[in-house]
Amino acid sequence: METAISIITGLMILGALYAIHAKDLLSAVIACGIVGYGLVICFLLLRAPDLAIVQIVVETISLIIMVAVVLDSSREEPYSKTDPQGYVNAVTALIIIVTLFYVFRSAVSVLDPFGETTLRMAAPYIEGAAEKTGSANLVTGVLFDFRGYDTLGEATVLVTAVLGVLTILRIKGKK
Amino acid sequence: MIPYYLCFILFLVGLYGIITRRNLVKIAISLSVMEFSVFLLLALTGYREGGVAPIVDPTDPVKVYVDPLPQAMVLTAIVIGLATTAMIMAVIIRIYRKYGTFDIREIKNLRG
Repeated sequence: METAISIITGLMILGALYAIHAKDLLSAVIACGIVGYGLVICFLLLRAPDLAIVQIVVETISLIIMVAVVLDSSREEPYSKTDPQGYVNAVTALIIIVTLFYVFRSAVSVLDPFGETTLRMAAPYIEGAAEKTGSANLVTGVLFDFRGYDTLGEATVLVTAVLGVLTILRIKGKK
Repeated sequence: MIPYYLCFILFLVGLYGIITRRNLVKIAISLSVMEFSVFLLLALTGYREGGVAPIVDPTDPVKVYVDPLPQAMVLTAIVIGLATTAMIMAVIIRIYRKYGTFDIREIKNLRG
């Protein structure tokens, strides 16, 4: 299991690297799809079918949005001149990456080893959750019963985002 | 522990893209790559070896489930991620219609 997830994550990393460095914007967007759909397979391997279903729908929609934006504008990457600012950016990125990697190493050392999670928080949720919430699916039980207000907030965020998109796309800009 | 590290490397790839790229669409792509890596990390922390999907079957009470709590949180985060992606793309298409380019440096020089 660990090997399979590692291989797929490696493919996702390759897809992300290609998406960042591709010359054509359309192929960059499609390579972003590699990452999203690889995540779907990872969720299936991690026994999270709900997440896989939601992710496949969401990834398809966001790919459609990105492809629509790219097709509506210029596809090719603007000619990249070598300027000193670019090197400064790359060096900054490398410094931040090395620093964050050390932080992550100390952070991951307190986690349980992969595949041996102790259910500290979720044990009360799992015990008799089917009777308490009336839902056979524990994820649905947590989402709509134990953390119902969280889901309400999520719906509020969605409505706000839709209103924002409508507002941004409707106004006429000054020419 | 290898999946955790690969997942973090994916996050770093996204971060590198945000800092070094100048194309707005590529910055949006890097943002969603970072999002995906965070989802994957949360889902990884909930996995138990030999666990089954957290769906209760009364006829066959299996004792080991994977952790449903990170899954519920990631479910919320995925949908919010779609909302932010749609918002970012809307802003980007507005910027393109006004300035005619995706290059953030040129946009900064034009100044409306």
